[in-house]
Amino acid sequence: MKIKLLVFAAGLLFIAGVNTFSGLADNAFNTGDTVLFKTPENFPSPVYTFQGNPLTLNGFKLGRELFYDPILSKDRSISCANCHQQFAAFAQLDHPVSHGVDDCLGTRNTPALFNLAWQQEFMWDGGVNHIEVSPLNALTSDCEMANNLPEIVDRLKKSDKYIALFQQAFHTTDINSQLLLKALTQFTGTLISANAKYDKVMRHEEGAQFDSEEAAGYTLFKAKCAACHREPLFTDLSYRSNGLDTRSDDAGRDTITHQDADHGLFKVPSLRNVEVSGPYMHDGRFDNLAQVLEHYNAGMASPDNLDPLFKPATKPGITLSMQEQTQLTAFLKTLTDHEFLTDPAFQDTHKNNEQYE
Amino acid sequence: MKKSIFLSAIVCLLAGAITAFNTIKADSGELSLNFKHVVNGVPLKLNDNSAHYANANNDEYTVSTFKYYISNITLTTTKGKDVVIPNICFLINAADPASLKQSITGVPAGKYKGISFTIGVDSARNFAGAQTGCLDPANGMFWTWNSGYIFLKLEGYSPQSTAKLHKLTFHVGGIKRQNTLRTFSHSFNKPLQIHGNEPAAISITTDAAALFKGQNLVDFAKLNSTMGGPNAVLIADNYKNGLFSITNVQQGRYEN
Ligand code: HEC
Ligand code: HEC
Repeated sequence: MKIKLLVFAAGLLFIAGVNTFSGLADNAFNTGDTVLFKTPENFPSPVYTFQGNPLTLNGFKLGRELFYDPILSKDRSISCANCHQQFAAFAQLDHPVSHGVDDCLGTRNTPALFNLAWQQEFMWDGGVNHIEVSPLNALTSDCEMANNLPEIVDRLKKSDKYIALFQQAFHTTDINSQLLLKALTQFTGTLISANAKYDKVMRHEEGAQFDSEEAAGYTLFKAKCAACHREPLFTDLSYRSNGLDTRSDDAGRDTITHQDADHGLFKVPSLRNVEVSGPYMHDGRFDNLAQVLEHYNAGMASPDNLDPLFKPATKPGITLSMQEQTQLTAFLKTLTDHEFLTDPAFQDTHKNNEQYE
Repeated sequence: MKKSIFLSAIVCLLAGAITAFNTIKADSGELSLNFKHVVNGVPLKLNDNSAHYANANNDEYTVSTFKYYISNITLTTTKGKDVVIPNICFLINAADPASLKQSITGVPAGKYKGISFTIGVDSARNFAGAQTGCLDPANGMFWTWNSGYIFLKLEGYSPQSTAKLHKLTFHVGGIKRQNTLRTFSHSFNKPLQIHGNEPAAISITTDAAALFKGQNLVDFAKLNSTMGGPNAVLIADNYKNGLFSITNVQQGRYEN
């Protein structure tokens, strides 16, 4: 119990403590007394810079409160965190496709949430064009939280807790959908994962070094995977086919562009934290990394728009020997960011409180 | 009579800009846009099963929802200068009487030879993240899975529709790939005068039938639903001419 309290306090300290960055980095967004967002040294500049939504500690806390609150769903049964779980890098463990209200099964695998501030487009098909509007589909889709915005805003306006929290965060009690979305973004936009072993090696941090298997895996990765899963985000954010089906049931990118050439293309997912974010692919068809690597090695279908990178040899795919698969897996595990997965700043504060009482 | 600044719940005002705009009050007046909805010239009645509206393909239909955005209202002075109204947008909803009269205050006094506006919401606003006022996604005019505003929405029923429950669902929007933004413009027979405190008023008739006539024949058995995309372009190309007509202009004048 005491230890947990300490961890929690450390989390708050983390939030308060990062202000050591302020003034130092021009890419840190100074919120007056706190900096919650800092571009990691080995990252490019973010796309989203909290313009028009100045980051504050109270805004972040409100966003976190909302993220973990089932009040947002129609029957008050499901919060964002039901599908986006921290220990799974904010993906949904063990669920190939999302699980919404009334046990409704969606059609797509819940993606992990981190480094969203570097994304211009969201969802597997890239249909959403701004981080601030990315929660809308989940909030209103019949198969996710099944609610509507007027109802949600009404609930928040009737809650003394939220009246106070919105007042603290935005200095107004006039709650509307815009402030709800901005607050959620202050939470989701600050979910940064950049402290995996890989990052420490890249930043030449004290004592950080790949072992020989990981190093061999990294060399393979750069040769065979990095064209799409590009460092340091481990995605180039493009839409491609890696040959899951000859003709995909889910139209993917075509849903958005209305171009048959985009049928069955999906956003290249980041491979950060991939060790813990399974199941894999847009429909969650693979349970583990071994199955994924076997797919690349020998299981690939050959749709017309299969990515050209998979076409050079006699059969589609990337030939990987057992040894190479072992090496690649070892490297992929260096992308697991344990600090991020256990960061108390991103946890449900209610859970903590219940444990203390 | 004195009309104070009238804010309909769904009229959104760019707070800073409108205040600046208002500071020139002495030299400015009010313009009101009054909307009336028809189908082929007959007054539109929502959810009226006895209304036998017909499209150019002779398919019968009824209308349950008809709403749309207009934005970038621009008045052109007789000297050729464009005055852009700073309000971000107006959402007109046939089911909401308050939305049918939109008052714009602080319009620079003067003589205007023409008016134009965008049917929809411009590109910048479609990519700007969470917004409020007329652009609040709570207004039901925002696609959550394919971001961007629905510029115009007509829903209803047709016996010829092959969709579930014979529904018609025409949601028109999208800019980036299949562009459905269209512009309405009109030249006044006689210059529109804005000055003093007696508001000028423009009566606009919106003809819902414009979606289904013009360059593209719409057969409800084949086309009864659009959610952006190429089919929405067909509808927008139809209504770019004929959706709006200006039926009356009342000049503004000094009260004394
Ligand atoms: C029922 C499960 C479920 C719930 C609840 C849910 N999500 Fe999601 N979320 C998903 C799925 C599935 C996707 C991917 C959808 C797609 O690609 O079409 C997704 C995608 C996202 C994305 C885009 C990620 C990316 O990289 O493109 C964000 C951001 C997000 N959700 C935030 C939220 C927030 C905030 C909430 C709470 C308001 C929430 N989600 C609630 C299942 C859920
Ligand atoms: C031509 C581009 C491309 C190359 C090269 C590529 N991938 Fe992928 N990868 C993708 C795409 C696209 C997806 C998502 C496909 C889907 O879900 O429909 C994906 C998905 C994955 C996933 C699932 C991640 C998740 O969260 O669901 C893993 C793991 C993965 N790739 C590993 C690798 C490895 C290891 C290599 C090198 C051996 C590699 N990829 C090479 C494009 C590529």
